[in-house]
Amino acid sequence: MSCWETFTDYALRSVGIGAKLLPKADFTLCQQFTLIGSGLIWNVYFAALALLFGFFLANALALARIAHSPFIRKPAEWFVFIFRGSPLFIQFFLAYEMLVLLPRTGINLFGITIVTSWLTKAWAGALIVLFLNTAAYSAEIFYGALRSIPKGDLEAAEAYGLTGWHKFRRIQWPTMLRLAWPSYTNEAIFLFQSTTLVFFSGFPAFSQQGDALYYANYFADKTFNPFIPYPIVAFYFVILTLGVIWLFGRINRHLNRHLPQNSRSKIRLRPQLIR
Amino acid sequence: MFAACADPKAIEGLTWAMCYLTSGKHVDFYWSFVTVLALLAITAPVAMALGFGGAMAARSHITPIRWFGKAYTAMVRGVPDIVYFLFFVIALDQGIEYLNHLRVCEDLSQPVFRGLEFHVCPEAKVPPASASPFVNQLYGFGLAVITFAIVFGAFVANVIFGAMQAVPRAQLETGEAYGMSQRQVFRRILVPQMWTYALPGLTNLWMILIKATPLLFLLSVKDIVYYARELGGTKTQAYDYPHPDWRLFYFLGLLVFYLAMTKISEIVLTRISNRLSKGQATAAGEAMRKAAI
Repeated sequence: MSCWETFTDYALRSVGIGAKLLPKADFTLCQQFTLIGSGLIWNVYFAALALLFGFFLANALALARIAHSPFIRKPAEWFVFIFRGSPLFIQFFLAYEMLVLLPRTGINLFGITIVTSWLTKAWAGALIVLFLNTAAYSAEIFYGALRSIPKGDLEAAEAYGLTGWHKFRRIQWPTMLRLAWPSYTNEAIFLFQSTTLVFFSGFPAFSQQGDALYYANYFADKTFNPFIPYPIVAFYFVILTLGVIWLFGRINRHLNRHLPQNSRSKIRLRPQLIR
Repeated sequence: MFAACADPKAIEGLTWAMCYLTSGKHVDFYWSFVTVLALLAITAPVAMALGFGGAMAARSHITPIRWFGKAYTAMVRGVPDIVYFLFFVIALDQGIEYLNHLRVCEDLSQPVFRGLEFHVCPEAKVPPASASPFVNQLYGFGLAVITFAIVFGAFVANVIFGAMQAVPRAQLETGEAYGMSQRQVFRRILVPQMWTYALPGLTNLWMILIKATPLLFLLSVKDIVYYARELGGTKTQAYDYPHPDWRLFYFLGLLVFYLAMTKISEIVLTRISNRLSKGQATAAGEAMRKAAI
C-alpha cells in the first residue's frame, strides 16, 4: 500500500470518513503520521470552539468579578475557584457522569421532547467542559488585566466626559485586552494541550474516532514502541503551538498598533502544564 | 469490619451506610488518597532537586553541560505534558527491561527492536511474571514518581533559572566587593535571595502538580480515580452492597478533595510568600514596609 493510498484511507478517519478498520499489523511510518494527524482535527476542533465561546463568557465573568454587588461577584468567584482549583481530568469525569444521568429518552418540557443523548458524546460534552474551564482561566487573566489598567487612563477618559458604557467600550475594554493578551496567548496554547485529555477521561471514543494522542496511544500499545508515535504527537503539537503564537501575535500587533515600537508588550512563551 | 456488618442484606439505614463505607474496598479507596499524598510528598522534593540541578547546569560555564541544561528546560515547552507521561513510562519500562535483557537472557542473537516491535526474553520481564499484584503496583508507582519528577523538574528548572537571573546584579557585585569567591556568592547571596523571585512560579507549579495527580490513573496505578469508578459503578444484587450508579457522587467527593487541597495550599503559600518578601527590594516587600510604618 503506497503512502498516498494510506493518506486517502486515513486522513479523515477520525471524523469517520475513509477506511473502517485501523491498521492491525505491519505499521508503517506513513500510517502513523497520517492517522495521528487525522486525530489532530479533534484537538483543533475542541480548542478553537472552546476558545471562541470561552472568550465571551470570560469577559462576562471578569466584569462580574469586579462588580461591587456581592450577588454578582460571589457566584463568579466561586465559578472561577471551582474550575481553576480542580483538575480538568476530574471535571471531565464528573461532567460525563452527570450527563449520563440525564434521561435517555429526553426531557419532556411542555409537550416538547428535548433530546439529551448527544450531550454524552465527546464532541458536545467535552466541548462544554473545555469551554467552561477556559472561561474560568481566561476570566482570571482578564480580571487581573482590568485591575492593572493605569489609573491615569481612566482619569483621562473621565476628563473627556466618557462615562459608563462608553468609558468601558472605548477605554477599559481595549486596554484590558491589550494588557491581557500575552497571558491569554499562553492560555490558548495551554488549552490546545489539554484537549489531549478528552479521550483519556470519561468520554469514550466511538468506533475508534479519537484525537491525536488517542491514535498515538493505539500505536504505542500495539507496537510496544513509544519512540515513534509520541514524538510524532510532539512534532504536531509544536507546529500547532507555533501556529497559535503566529495568529495571536498578529492580533497582539493589532492591539498594540498605536504604541511606539519599544513599549509594545511582547508575547513570551511560558511553560504550562496540565490543569 | 464490624460485627453488625456480617449480613449486609439484612441491615438498612445508617448502619448500612456505616457498613458500606467501611467495607474492604472502601478502605482501599481511602488508602489510595494516601497514595496521592505520597506521590506529592516524594515528587515535590525530587523535582526541586532536579530543577535546581537543571538550572545550575543551564548557567554552567562548561558548554556541554550548559547545552544539556538548556535542552532539559526547553523540553517542556509546546508539547502537552500528558505526552511525556505516556512516553516516559513506556520508555523507562523498556529501558529497564533492555538492561535486564542484556544481563540475564541467554539468546542475544535476536535484536530487541524487530521492525517496529519490542521483544525481550520472558526472564527479563520487569517485574517478573510471578510477582504479586502489590509488587506490580509498587513498580507502577515508582515509574510514575520518576516520570512526574522528570517532567516537573524541567518546569522547576525553568522557574529557578528565571529567578536566578532576576536577583539584582548589584547584590552579587556587593558580595564580590567583599572579597567572596564565585562559589561563596552563589551560596551566600544568589541562592538565599533567589527564593522570593522563584516563589510565585513555584506556587503555580505546586498547584499544577496537585492537579496533575489524577494522571496516575493513566499510568495504571490504582489511584483515587480508579477506585471512584470501581466503587461508584452500578452494583447488582450479586454484590454485598447493591446500589445504582453512584459514580457522580464519588467524583463529587474527589472534586471536593482537590478544592480543599488547593485552598489549603493557597493559605500556606501566601504565608510563606509574606515571610520571604520581608525586607526585599520588590513591590511586595515595599508594600509591607509602607504598611509597617
